[in-house]
This record gives sequence, structure tokens and C-alpha cells, in this order.
Amino acid sequence: MRILTVIRQVLDAEESVYVDNRAVDLKGRKLVMDTMDEYGVEEALRIRERGAEAEIVAVGIGPARIEEALRSALSMGADRAIHVETGEEVDPIALSGVVAAIANKEAAQMIFCGGQQADWDSQALGAAVAERLDWPALTWTRKLELKGNTLAGQRDAEDGVESFEVDLPAVVTTQQDLNEPRYPTLPNIMKAKKKEIRRETLESFGVALKVRNHGVEAQNRERLRQVIDGRDAAAAAAQLIAMLREKTGVIA
Amino acid sequence: MILVVVAHAGGRVSRSALGLVAAARQIGRRGPVAALVLGHGVAGVAAEIAPYVDQVLVADREDLAQYDPQVWAAAVAQIAREGEADTILVTASRSGRELSARVAVKLDAALLEDVVSVADQQGALVAERYSCLARVTERIEALSPVVVVAIKPGVFAAAEPTGAEPGEQYDVDLALPPARVRVIGKVRYATGRIALADADVVVSGGRGVGDAAGFERLIVGLADQLGAAVGASRAVVDAGWRPYSDQVGQTGKTVQPKVYIAVGISGAVQHLSGMNKSRLIVAINKDSEAPIFRVCDFGIVGNVESVVPAMIEQIAAARLSPAGS
Ligand SMILES: Cc1cc2nc3c(=O)[nH]c(=O)nc-3n(C[C@H](O)[C@H](O)[C@H](O)COP(=O)(O)OP(=O)(O)OC[C@H]3O[C@@H](n4cnc5c(N)ncnc54)[C@H](O)[C@@H]3O)c2cc1C
Ligand SMILES: Cc1cc2nc3c(=O)[nH]c(=O)nc-3n(C[C@H](O)[C@H](O)[C@H](O)COP(=O)(O)OP(=O)(O)OC[C@H]3O[C@@H](n4cnc5c(N)ncnc54)[C@H](O)[C@@H]3O)c2cc1C
Repeated sequence: MRILTVIRQVLDAEESVYVDNRAVDLKGRKLVMDTMDEYGVEEALRIRERGAEAEIVAVGIGPARIEEALRSALSMGADRAIHVETGEEVDPIALSGVVAAIANKEAAQMIFCGGQQADWDSQALGAAVAERLDWPALTWTRKLELKGNTLAGQRDAEDGVESFEVDLPAVVTTQQDLNEPRYPTLPNIMKAKKKEIRRETLESFGVALKVRNHGVEAQNRERLRQVIDGRDAAAAAAQLIAMLREKTGVIA
Repeated sequence: MILVVVAHAGGRVSRSALGLVAAARQIGRRGPVAALVLGHGVAGVAAEIAPYVDQVLVADREDLAQYDPQVWAAAVAQIAREGEADTILVTASRSGRELSARVAVKLDAALLEDVVSVADQQGALVAERYSCLARVTERIEALSPVVVVAIKPGVFAAAEPTGAEPGEQYDVDLALPPARVRVIGKVRYATGRIALADADVVVSGGRGVGDAAGFERLIVGLADQLGAAVGASRAVVDAGWRPYSDQVGQTGKTVQPKVYIAVGISGAVQHLSGMNKSRLIVAINKDSEAPIFRVCDFGIVGNVESVVPAMIEQIAAARLSPAGS
């Protein structure tokens, strides 16, 4: 069986966002594999460690720098990587065509995709890839087990936790708490340096963009930041209640 | 035609669906507004939405009784094609976002996802949405004639009825694929409280409340005094103190109440992305360096165990004594 894990590179969550010339400024900032994608790599590795025979292929689409994120996936234990190079921002619907084409070429049976991207805040890629392939998708998965050709587990629906079963092939989208992603060990980091990253061009996939991004604006909402000492709890509580009464009317 | 996909639950039109109708009228595209009602036993839903739209398209079938994005996408796409809809509006709830991506692929359409505004500009749909964990606003333009728009819940106020005759109802025939995901069990969340999305005040608790009993006593206790909804950080949900439906943040709900009170929450960026549009943010935390204080309007550096009970006591006391005294 072949498992694809989609890898994206995003600003580290600890980094602040600065906007320069209508774009998020990434110069000199720490970029990392999207945590959501780490859960996917980890889950694929666990499926294999529990006994399934599987090759795990990390797939990334983006500029040259994203090879670092692909290398991180290889250091965790993925077997090889495919890098589709482009400097363009490709919207998830267009992007899903690339991922689906790779899945077909690689005869993949399972694709892991992040539940929500930390840069575009998009949830669309996993569902769109599934639709292109005419596969089912398990979104917001919190528990997963492969039994033969069947995936069983639990997912967070809007109004409760669903237990599901589905036969492969399928797309799985991740979320926090699906697992605890491992840190790459030094020997695995060394090994990863020798693993293959195959480069392809976006042009070879004949992608037509569906959405153009006209740029971003920072949200500068000034907050009052009036912070008081709460050692005298009763006095602090009284001050807060007075403020709520005065400013908001939520307390009569 | 502008096609509005009507979300419904418990036999009622979901609140957000009337927001979609409002958006459909404001977008500035020509053509009738048609509501699409999919499900089983949905005659009541169709009748409820009819006064708000020009047409109601109904598919009432047993195989639509369960919401399944793959099956529903096939239904929406087929009807959009047959009705020559150029704009398809969906609520950007979790299930709605999954549905919207699938419909966009099926129709070879652009997807404007989780948008907070949308307008036709010389034939092209242009929208705004939040990105980078809700820290920036981006402006996007659809590059195809047919566009699927997933609209962030709570952004558009509910539409009023058209005032004309209720939209005529049509039953539609569909060729649907079988569902492939087998749902073999479901544990529903039931809280019985005011919904997070509907509340003017949200009291949210984090790991700093100590344990499940602390959450109940401090967070639920304070929320009761304020008539507020209850929210939680991911840490609290992971610990099993509260159900996932209470979670606020990147992977939980987005709220924008008048007042958001964060109690024992550190203020991780993933949490902030779910509440940073609140009108007023209050933080209670014992660590003066906690990042939540950088985004709050009013903060108390103190122990939740003493500050929150003092608040509960004083609000309760004020209610008992005559107003204004
Ligand atoms: C196309 C479609 C069809 C569906 N069909 C069914 C069905 O047949 N049966 C069924 O049981 N369920 C169905 N669902 C799911 C069901 O509609 C949702 O559970 C339901 O929409 C929630 O109802 P609600 O009125 O509480 O929320 P809605 O008002 O619909 O809101 C949906 C989401 O947005 C959030 N939200 C709402 N208002 C705000 C606000 N002001 N600010 C911030 N967030 C907000 C809510 O918390 C929720 O997560 C369907 C969903 C979709 C998208
Ligand atoms: C991909 C991803 C998605 C995520 N999505 C979400 C999400 O949707 N929502 C979310 O909330 N998180 C999310 N997280 C997790 C997030 O990064 C934080 O780990 C989480 O928000 C921390 O929760 P917390 O503030 O309750 O706990 P902590 O960070 O542990 O903070 C507890 C706070 O309580 C204070 N405290 C402790 N005791 C007391 C006391 N007695 N009195 C007063 N204060 C006290 C401490 O000073 C501290 O600031 C996500 C993470 C990832 C990687």
C-alpha cells in the first residue's frame, strides 16, 4: 500500500505576523511543517508500525524552501518525497488537481491532509482531493485504525463524536490530538538526507488557478490592555464588574 | 440563479441559512434566489424557508436522511447545473466547508471559503476572509464564472421575508451515489445552555481552572451569573473536562461576542484565532506574562480560585439588592 501525506510549510505558531506590501512577510522568520501535517505523517508511520505494509510518500507543492519541511517529514520516517515546484500561490481547488494526479500516478490508497491550514486557514484541500478522486473523506479524525482494507475510528462532527468505518481508498484529514508527533532522532535525520526528493514542475500538471489573492491587510485592533493586580480578589472583582456595567451593559 | 444550500437540524432551518439569503440578496448578481432543501422529512424546512426566497427546490429522500458530504455534493452539483446557477452559497460550518470544496470540484468552480464579505465587481466575485490564524484579512477574487461561496456563520444578519408570495416549491429528481462512510455510532453533545455562537457573553476556561470540578464551579458558575455561554480551551477539551463542542479556536468554534472572558487561559495563537474578533476581551490569569494579557482590554493578574468566586458572589449580591442602590 502507498500512503501520501501532504506537507505544507507555514510560519511557526510562535512567530508574529507582519504585513509588508500586502503580503505576510516571511523574510528571516522561522518556517516549519504545518503541525496539522505532522499529525498526518505520524499517523501514517503508526499505521505501518502496527503491521501494515506501506510506503509513505510526502508531497509538497511550493517554492524551493518547502524542501525543508519535506526533509522534516523524511526525518520523522517518511520514505521519499515529491516536490512540485512553484512560486505561485495556488488555491486549494486548483491544488487538489495536482495532489489527485500524483495519487493516481503513485496508485496511492490513502492520503493524509491537514484539517485546517495554519496560513490560509483553509479546510478545503482534503475534501477537494477526495472529490477529484471520487473517494470518501474522513475529516477531523481523532482516532484511526486500519483493519485489513477498512479504516475505523472516530471523528469530530459539528454536534458530536462519530464512530465510522470506511473501505480504502480514502482521504483522512487530521486535527490536534489525533496523536503526539515524534521528534526526529539524529540517526533518522542523517538517514533522511539520503532519501529521494523528486522534483516536478507545476506546469507539467496543467493547473488553472481558480482564485486570485489580491493581498492581505494586518488586523490592527487596538486593545485597552488595562491590567490590574488581583491579590485583593474582592477589590479586583469589583473593578471588573464596574467596568462591565459601564462599558458593556451585560451586567444590569 | 443564486442557489442557497439550506442547513437544517431537528426539522428547523438553521439560523445561518437566513444569513445566506441576506448575502444572496446583497451580492449584486441577477437572477432568482433559490433555496435548496436536502434531507428526509424536510417538508417543514421547505415551508419555513419559502417566504424568504423566490423558489424552493426540495429533495426529500431516505438516502439523504444522514448528512454525507459526498452524497450531498452530488445533489447540490446536479441541481446547480440543471438550474444553471452561477453562485452557490453554503454556510461555512465544518460540514458546510467540506461540502463546499466538493461542490466546487464537481462544478469546476472557484471556491471562496469562509468569507466575511462578498460582492460582484464587474462580473467577478470578490470577497474578504481572515487567514494566518485569523490575524490578517485577505482579499480574493474568483476566476471562474461559476462560484461556490462558503460564508462565515454570524457575519450576515438574518434576512427578512421577501413580502411577496412564498417561493414556489419544486421537487427535484436526483441520481445519487451511495454513501461510503458508514457511521456506526454517534455521541451527541447536549449542553442545554445558550449556544456559543448566539451569546453576548462567553466565559471560557483553560487549564488554569485546575480540574473538571473547578471548571464547573468557576466557569459554569460565573457563566450562570452572567447568562453567558461556556467556552473552553483545547487543553480543557483534551483533558476531558468539557466536550469538544465547547472548544474555541483554530480547530474549534469562532466566536465574536460583546464580551469574552478568558479564565486561566494562556492565550496561544490557536486559541486567539477563535475569539480575537470579540468586542471586549477580559483575561484572568495568575501569570502577568501570559500572552492573553497582550490582547485583552481588561485583565486581572490573580488566582482564579479567589477572583472568580469573588465575582460570582458580588454579581449574585447585586442582583438580590435593589437596582441602583
Ligand atoms: C448543507 C447542510 C445540510 C445539513 N443537513 C442536516 C440535516 O439534515 N440534519 C442535521 O441534523 N444536521 C444537518 N446539518 C448540520 C446542521 O445544519 C448543523 O449542525 C446546524 O447548522 C447547526 O445548527 P445551528 O442553528 O446551531 O447553527 P448554524 O446557525 O447553522 O451555524 C452553523 C455553525 O456556525 C456557528 N455559528 C452560528 N452563528 C454564529 C455566529 N453568530 N458567530 C459565530 N459562529 C456562528 C455555529 O456554532 C455552528 O458551528 C447540515 C449542515 C449543512 C451544511
Ligand atoms: C494545530 C493546533 C490546533 C490547535 N487548536 C486549538 C484550538 O482550537 N483552541 C485552543 O484553545 N487551543 C488550540 N491549540 C492548543 C494551543 O496551542 C494551546 O496548547 C492551548 O490553547 C492551551 O490551553 P490553555 O490556555 O487552557 O492551557 P495553558 O497554555 O496550559 O495555560 C493555562 C494558563 O492558566 C494559568 N493558570 C494556571 N493556574 C492558574 C490559577 N490558579 N489562577 C489563574 N491562572 C492560572 C497559567 O498561568 C496559564 O497561562 C491548538 C494547537 C495546535 C498545535
